[in-house]
Amino acid sequence: MASSSTSLYRRRQLGSLIALTLCGIATALGLVFLIWIIWTTLLHGLAALSPALITEMTPPPGEDGGGLANAFMGSLLMVFLAVVIGTPIGVLAGTFLSEFSRGKKLGETIRFVNDILLSAPSIIIGLFVYELIVRPTGRFSGFAGGIALAFIFVPVVVRTTDEMLRLVPDVMREAALSLGIPRWKVTVNVLYRSASTGILTGILLAIARISGETAPLLFTALNNQYWSLDMTQPMANIPVVIFQFAMSPYEQWQNLAWAGAFVMTAFVLILSVVSRSFLNRKGGK
Amino acid sequence: MFTKKLLSTCLGAGLAAVFAMSASAADITGAGSTFVYPVLSKWSADYNKINGDKLNYQSIGSGGGIAQIKAATVDFGASDAPMKPEDLQAAGLGQFPVVVGGIVPVINVKGIASGQLKLSGKVLADIFLGNVNKWNDKAIADLNPGLKLPDSQIAVVHRSDGSGTSFNWTNFFSKVNPDWKSKVGEGTAVNWPVGIGGKGNEGVAAYVTRVKDSIGYVEYAYALQNKLPFALVQNAAGQYPKPNAESFGAAAASAEWGTAKDFFLIMTNAPGEKAWPITATTWAIMYKQPKDAARSKAAFDFFKWALEKGQKEASSLDYVPLPETLVKQIEGYWTSEFKG
Amino acid sequence: MSEALATMPAATSTPPRRTGILGDRIFFWIVTACGLIVLAALLAAAASMLWGGLSAFRTFGFGFITGTEWDPVAGHFAGLVPIYGTLVTSALAMIIGVPVSLGIAVFITEVAPRAIRGPVGGAIELLAGIPSIIYGMWGLFTFAPFMSDYVQPILIDWLGPIPLIGALFSGAPLGIGMLTSGIVLAVMIIPFISSVMRDVFLVVPPQLKESAYALGSTKWEVVRDIVIPHTRTAVVGGIFLGLGRALGETMAVTFVLGNTHNIAISLMEPGTSIAATLANEFAEASDDLYRSSLTALGLILFVVTFIVLAAAKVMLVRMARQRGE
Repeated sequence: MASSSTSLYRRRQLGSLIALTLCGIATALGLVFLIWIIWTTLLHGLAALSPALITEMTPPPGEDGGGLANAFMGSLLMVFLAVVIGTPIGVLAGTFLSEFSRGKKLGETIRFVNDILLSAPSIIIGLFVYELIVRPTGRFSGFAGGIALAFIFVPVVVRTTDEMLRLVPDVMREAALSLGIPRWKVTVNVLYRSASTGILTGILLAIARISGETAPLLFTALNNQYWSLDMTQPMANIPVVIFQFAMSPYEQWQNLAWAGAFVMTAFVLILSVVSRSFLNRKGGK
Repeated sequence: MFTKKLLSTCLGAGLAAVFAMSASAADITGAGSTFVYPVLSKWSADYNKINGDKLNYQSIGSGGGIAQIKAATVDFGASDAPMKPEDLQAAGLGQFPVVVGGIVPVINVKGIASGQLKLSGKVLADIFLGNVNKWNDKAIADLNPGLKLPDSQIAVVHRSDGSGTSFNWTNFFSKVNPDWKSKVGEGTAVNWPVGIGGKGNEGVAAYVTRVKDSIGYVEYAYALQNKLPFALVQNAAGQYPKPNAESFGAAAASAEWGTAKDFFLIMTNAPGEKAWPITATTWAIMYKQPKDAARSKAAFDFFKWALEKGQKEASSLDYVPLPETLVKQIEGYWTSEFKG
Repeated sequence: MSEALATMPAATSTPPRRTGILGDRIFFWIVTACGLIVLAALLAAAASMLWGGLSAFRTFGFGFITGTEWDPVAGHFAGLVPIYGTLVTSALAMIIGVPVSLGIAVFITEVAPRAIRGPVGGAIELLAGIPSIIYGMWGLFTFAPFMSDYVQPILIDWLGPIPLIGALFSGAPLGIGMLTSGIVLAVMIIPFISSVMRDVFLVVPPQLKESAYALGSTKWEVVRDIVIPHTRTAVVGGIFLGLGRALGETMAVTFVLGNTHNIAISLMEPGTSIAATLANEFAEASDDLYRSSLTALGLILFVVTFIVLAAAKVMLVRMARQRGE
C-alpha cells in the first residue's frame, strides 16, 4: 500500500518533470526562432550596410551602387504624416473613452471597435484607403500612404491613452474640479500632464508598429525610384522597396533589401523595447 | 452619421485642393508590365540626366498597368498583352509598342546547363498542364537523347499576378497544344493547373533560383541578369534557335504592323527558321484626351526620345530595337490619335 | 497586453455638466467626435468593402464561397481556394503555436527562476515587434530552404507511406507551401498568445495554488488543474486573438505560401490565402468584376476576423470582470 502510493507519487513527479521540461523546450524554441530571425537579418544586413545607403537613390536594375535615401525619406514623411493626423485623434478619442464615456454604451462600443481595429488585417486598410483616396484623387500618393498608416496608428494611441488616463487617481480629478476649474482645463493641465510619459510611449509604440507596415502601402503610396518630397506623388518607402528588391533577381537589389530590412528591424525593435519598458514601469507591472 | 459625412467632405475637399496645387510638376508616373521594367527604368535614369524630367515606373504587372490606366491613377500603363481596339475605343485609350523582347523557359535542374535542354511547345505546355511531371519523362527524354535527366518531380513556377508575359506564354501554348487551349486558354492571368506563383518576372526568377528541379518562364533580360539556365524551344519551322536579339528580331521582322489596328498584333509561334517562338511586344497605353495634358505631353516626349535615341540601351539589355519604319508609324499614330 | 489594467478600480463617472461653461462643451464635443471617428473608420471600411464586393456576390451568389474556380480569363470567380488556404494555414499555426505559447507562459510564470522571467518574457515579446515583411524574407531565404533540405524530406520519407496521414505529407519538398506558412505564422502569433496567457496566469490567486500544493499536487498538476481551468476564458480569448492575427497576416504569407490557386491535400503543396491573393492581384485586377471579387474576398476576411476578434474580446472582458468582482 505504502510502496504503491510512493510509486504513484513518483510517477506524478516524473510526469510533472516531463511536462515542465516540455515548457522549457517550448520557450527555447521561441527564443531559437527569435535569434534565428534576428541573426539572418543581421548577417545579410550588416554586409550590405554602407554610407551610400542614406546618400544615394534606389538604383535602376543592373547598375552597381545606389542606396535607399529616397525610401528612407518617403517612409519618414509618411510616418510623420500619420503621427500628425493620428496623434490628436488618438489622444482625444482615448480621452473620450476614459473621461467622458464611463459606463456608457457608446464608450464600450468604441473601445470594443478600437480593439478590433488594433488587430484588423492591415491589407484591408490598404484596400479601404485605395477606395477612399487613391481612386477619387486619381493618383497614388504619399498622402494616401500616410493616411493608411494613420488608420493603423490611431487604435494603438487610443488604447494606451485610455489605459494611461484611467491610471490617474480620481483624487486628482476631484481635487482639481472642486477648485472650480473647468473640466477641459483639468484634462489638459492635470490629467495629460500626469499621464504624459504613458501617452508619449503609446505614440512611440504606435510609430514602431507602423514603421514596418508593408501591406497598407502597396496600393496607396506605390513606390518611386526618385527622390521626392511631394506628398501628392507616388512615394518611395522602405517596406515596399524591401518587398520589391527582395523578390528581384538582381544581387545588388537583394543586398539593398537586406540592408533596409536590417535598419528597419533595428529601428522598430529598439523603439518598441524602449517604449515597452517605459510602459511597464508606468503600469507598475 | 452627419459628423462622418461632414468630415469626409472636408477631407475630400482639402485633399483635392492640395492635389490641384501641385499638378504642374513634370513627374510622370507609369505602371504595368514587369517585362519592360529593366529597360524603362534604365531609360528613365538616362532621360533624367539629360532632361530633368522624372519618370517613375513601377512594375506591378501588365494587368495592373491596364487596371491603373483605366482608373486614371497613372499617366501611362504598360502591358505585354495588347488591349483590343474596341476596348481601347470604349475607354478612350490608345496604345503603341515600345520595345520587343523574348520570353524564355528557365530551369533549375542539377546537371543541365543553359541551352542543353530542348523542349517542343507541346511538351512544354504538357509540363505546365501537369501531364508531364517528372524530368525523366519519356516525352522529355525523346527530345533530348544523350542528356542525363534526373528522376525528380518537376516544380512548375508561373506568375501569380496578371502578366503580359503569361499572356504571351499561354498564347503560345494555345497555338501548339490543343489540350491547353481547351482546358486553360490564354490570358494575363489564367487558372494554372499546377505550380507555384511568383509575383512579377523577378518573383518567378527568385523562385526558380531557390526551388530545386523547377521550371519557370521569364523575360530574357531577367534570365541573363540572374544567370538562370534556359531551355530551348522548338519554333514553327521545327528548329531550336538560341534566344537572343537575333532570333527575337527574326520573329519581329515577320510581323506586319502596317495592317494592325492600334498595333494589335501578337508574335508568338512566328514563322521563319531563326524566329524565337515566344517573342513579345510591350505596349504603352495612354488616354487620347488626358486629364492632365502637361504630364501626358511629358510622357510623349519621353517615349519619342526612347524610341529614337534609347534603342541602343534597349539592345544592351537584350531587347530588340523597334524597326525604323515602325517608329515612323507610331509617331504618325500619335499625331492622328492623340490630342494635346 | 495589459488586460490587468482593466481591473483597476473604475473611477467614478462624472458626466459632463449641462450647466458647464462653453469651453467644457466644446471640449466634450471634440473628444466625442474623435471617439466617433474610430467607430466611423470601422463602419466606413466595412461599408466600402460591402459596396465594392456587391457585384461579385450578386453575380456568383452563394457559389462565391463554395466554388473553387478562380479564372480571370473566363471572368469566373469563386473564393473557396483562398478561403481554404487561409483556414488551413491558420489552423496549422494554431496547432503549432498554441501548445508552444502555453509552454512559454507556464515556463515564465511557474518554472523559470525569478531573475530570468522578465528578460525571457521580453525576448518572446520582441517576436511581436519584428515587422511581418522580415518574417517573409527570413521565411523565403532562410527558413524555406531549411524546410526543403532537412525537414520536408524527413516528413515525406517517414510520414508519407502511412495511410491517411501520408497524403498530408506527400509531394515534392519545395520548401514553400502550407506547412512552411503555418510554421512562420505560428512563430508570429506565439508572442500574442503567450503574453495574454502569462498575464492571466500571474493573477491566479496564490491561495488557490498554495492549497493545491498543500494537498500534495505537483507543479504540473497545479498548472493543469488549477491555473488553466481558473483562467480558461482568457486563455481561449488569447488564442482567438492569435487566430485573428493569423487569418489576416499578409506579407509573410505572400512570401512563403506560393501564391497559387490550388486546393491540395498535401501540406507540402503551395496554396494561397485571402490576404496573399489581395496583395498579389488587387493592383492589377483590370475589370470591375475581378476587382469586385477581390473586394468580396476582403470582406469575407474582414467579417471572419471581426467575429474571431470580437469573440476574443468578449472572453477577455468576461475574465477581467470575473477578476474585478
